[in-house]
Amino acid sequence: MRDHSPETHDKRLRATVVEATTMSSMEVGMEERPSNTATPRELTQNPLKKIWMPLPCKNGLPEKHISQRKVCMTNCPTLIVTVGLPARGKTYISKKLTRYLNWIGVPTREFNVGQYRRECVKIYKSFEFFRPDNEEGLKIRQQCASAALNDVRQYLADKGGQVAVFDATNTTRERRGTITAFAEQNGFKVFFVESVCEDPEVIAENIVQVKLGSPDYTNCNTEEAMEDFKKRIKCYENSYETLDEVLDRDLSYIKIMDVGRRYLVNQVQDHIQSRIVYYLMNIHITPRSIYLCRHGESDLNVKGCIGGDSGLSPRGKEFANYLGQFIQSQEISDLKVWTSQMKRTIQTAEAVSVPYEQWKALNEIDAGVCEEMMYEEIQQHYPLEFAMRDQDKYRYRYPKGESYEDLVQRLEPVIMELERQENILVVCHQAIMRCLLAYFLDKTAEELPYLKCPLHTVLKLTPVAYGCKVESIYLNVDAVNTHRDRPENVKVSRMAEEALLTVPAHQ
Amino acid sequence: MSQRQTKLTQNPLEKIWIPSMSSKLYRRRGSSVPQFTNSPTMIVMVGLPARGKTYISKKLTRYLNWIGVPTKVFNVGQYRRDATQSYKSYEFFRPDNQEAMKIRKACAIAALKDVCAYFMQEQGQVAVFDATNTTIERREVILSFAKENGYKIFFIESLCDDPEIIAENIKQVKLSSPDYAGCDKEEAVADFLKRIECYKVTYISLNDEKDRSLSYIKIFNVGSRYLVNRVQDHIQSRIVYYLMNIHVAPRFIYLTRHGESELNLVGRIGGDSGLSPRGNKFASALGGYIRSQCIRDLKVWTSHMKRTIQTAEGLGVPYEQWKALNEIDAGVCEEMTYEEIQDHYPEEFALRDQNKYRYRYPKGESYEDLVQRLEPVIMELERQENVLVVCHQAVMRCLLAYFLDKSAAELPYLKCPLHTVLKLTPVAYGCKVESIFLNIEAVNTHRDKPVNVDVDREPEEALLTVPDHI
Repeated sequence: MRDHSPETHDKRLRATVVEATTMSSMEVGMEERPSNTATPRELTQNPLKKIWMPLPCKNGLPEKHISQRKVCMTNCPTLIVTVGLPARGKTYISKKLTRYLNWIGVPTREFNVGQYRRECVKIYKSFEFFRPDNEEGLKIRQQCASAALNDVRQYLADKGGQVAVFDATNTTRERRGTITAFAEQNGFKVFFVESVCEDPEVIAENIVQVKLGSPDYTNCNTEEAMEDFKKRIKCYENSYETLDEVLDRDLSYIKIMDVGRRYLVNQVQDHIQSRIVYYLMNIHITPRSIYLCRHGESDLNVKGCIGGDSGLSPRGKEFANYLGQFIQSQEISDLKVWTSQMKRTIQTAEAVSVPYEQWKALNEIDAGVCEEMMYEEIQQHYPLEFAMRDQDKYRYRYPKGESYEDLVQRLEPVIMELERQENILVVCHQAIMRCLLAYFLDKTAEELPYLKCPLHTVLKLTPVAYGCKVESIYLNVDAVNTHRDRPENVKVSRMAEEALLTVPAHQ
Repeated sequence: MSQRQTKLTQNPLEKIWIPSMSSKLYRRRGSSVPQFTNSPTMIVMVGLPARGKTYISKKLTRYLNWIGVPTKVFNVGQYRRDATQSYKSYEFFRPDNQEAMKIRKACAIAALKDVCAYFMQEQGQVAVFDATNTTIERREVILSFAKENGYKIFFIESLCDDPEIIAENIKQVKLSSPDYAGCDKEEAVADFLKRIECYKVTYISLNDEKDRSLSYIKIFNVGSRYLVNRVQDHIQSRIVYYLMNIHVAPRFIYLTRHGESELNLVGRIGGDSGLSPRGNKFASALGGYIRSQCIRDLKVWTSHMKRTIQTAEGLGVPYEQWKALNEIDAGVCEEMTYEEIQDHYPEEFALRDQNKYRYRYPKGESYEDLVQRLEPVIMELERQENVLVVCHQAVMRCLLAYFLDKSAAELPYLKCPLHTVLKLTPVAYGCKVESIFLNIEAVNTHRDKPVNVDVDREPEEALLTVPDHI
């Protein structure tokens, strides 16, 4: 997850956990040491994440890992470079890919050269700026590209970034050559993502969705903007050199043709590029709606207990019926319904009267030894754990249980399939819904565990432009509040009352 | 406005909640992952001989079966061998050999018939039609057949013009083919090359323009480039992803369990204990063994559990921890002995013996769940080269079943004893296995399926096959 705070970032690096570089739940072990040592080093379990790490440590923290001492091939930062004429979805892809990579734990940032240009040239006048013979325009655009690349270098080399997405047309071989050279100099891998599309309808829709609302066209009417933008595209067309199977055979790239009808994939170098290709091949732009909700209020909810596998309370059953009615009223074509394998989500889905599929991956976070406890009981039996959870709720793993970070790993196939699907209702759980919501709304690791997902409320997500519109529909059936805010005092030494201050009311 | 309040019952084996009365809404038996194929899918290979079609067919089939998609290969060459007398020479494959053409076409039709039977009668979901299928005409026949029957089609074309790869291919799998039994090596190669020439004359590759409405992937030169057209659904997307991650570079995969643990010694399952003294000895011995193997660029993976990490620590090389490699979660039975499980949960214990693959511990996992969680590990293993995986008994059984193409019934009973390294070498169409016992005693943790698996059996019958422990 994107994590801007320097201290947490620092803590992460020092804690030997190189999550950024390895996408699955892999933590990196120790460094090289003399090979004839007979006794394995003693292990200690990090109290937050419950990860076993070797001693000795400096300052109580494990020694740095090898990958931080030298350039390691598999952990090279990656520069993704978009290629394509205007209105081919490059920024859409850049932003979506960035959101996905951050969500799965790969620090990623996009660098949109158009943004740099807007900052440089305060007022956009017309397409003439982009004419290939406009020398001044060219100079400025070149400078902007360089400034962006500079920021890329800082991000990848100094700020702990793992992937940078360089979002610009990059339509000439010459420009791409410059970027490749830059990457080589800095030890970055390069992966090109080209979007090729000749369908006039798709392009027109694109312009309507994202160009008309651009800062460039704030003072224009729709027709003028459309005209100007089309002329802008023309300026690029003559010098456009698409990635070529022969000339560019040594480059790593994916060419996306006609919004995903066809793909050409060349020289995938490593795991992250393979994951990027898989992701890009699964996304689509067909309009659709994603409905997220939790199961109806459960018997354990009423008691203020977490986890477990209880059934719906009477109010929960009422919600289920209302949900069924709501879904019917939406008149959704071809709705898919997914639940977890826990009783309460299935009971809820049964009332919707649409065939549903059960996913184990949608099960609520496993609270390990704290399953079915109330917060008061957790404070009583595990005050240390309770405090640590408040200190870093995203990374905190319950003893013999899971963390939010673990959840994201297990939900990744669900997200991948959500991308493939069209209209869909996901009936899940609080922690799960927070993770899914964070993906769609681009929330950070800090925000994710505190996202508000109250019972009996459906969130309707509609992809629009570069993001997601959210509508919250409360189905008017009362339920307990299960949202516990982060208390002020998260120290291990705090009093019980301070810890329990934010526990929501229950029976 | 349905006011139904359906009662749910929990299926005792897999712990899946289903409606008590049969509901139209709940489509199929529970499992950890929904299934996405509604129509059966035919995968149709395309390519000249010695382009890896059978290699891909078998590997893909093995992968799909392992993740739970019933898949079968239909190799037309096999049908040809069954239909004709012994193979004489490449002349059989000459494009002007009318009699042979008739036989070859009949074989293709026979194979298609069997595909039909597989889908209709055997609940197959994916059939891999492994033949050259190098002409438009032949592909048309297959497309019509699929259309008539409502099957989806996905083509996989393998193109390769690198003579070294082709030569290596011929060496690995053609020379040992039944066609060339008893032939001198050079003759066989010469004949096979002429065979390839026969096909080249009429070979028409999938055309990006003409075939743009078809769903296919073209693989160029063993994966340096791919062209993917019109992926229709989830399973095709997974297939493409898999194909893009496999490679043919020679390498070794070492699988081993952690050293003997404290809980192993006392016959307890699960938990997160450390190594016993003998376990520690194994860790050192493992280090010695690995060093003796002089493996280039070895990656070492462990789970998040103490015992595998302690084992890896003995190697003196960097390792990566995967949560996905954690041992099966035995839920309420964690840290119990089999005797205690029989005592406290005799019905669960019996259910487990009845169907060990699908049985899910209460609040725990099943082998079937394990496979789902190990899929990303397998995908990354395919991408990697030399890897040592230090894991656990159930996990190792799942990984082994993938590499050795074991069924769901066999998987939970595969023998993975402590202190034994399995060295897997991909070779020809499968995997060579060497078992290396590192000569340090350990308890046996393998419990065979007892004869009596009935819920009403006597405790002694249930505990008959429990291995010795303290």
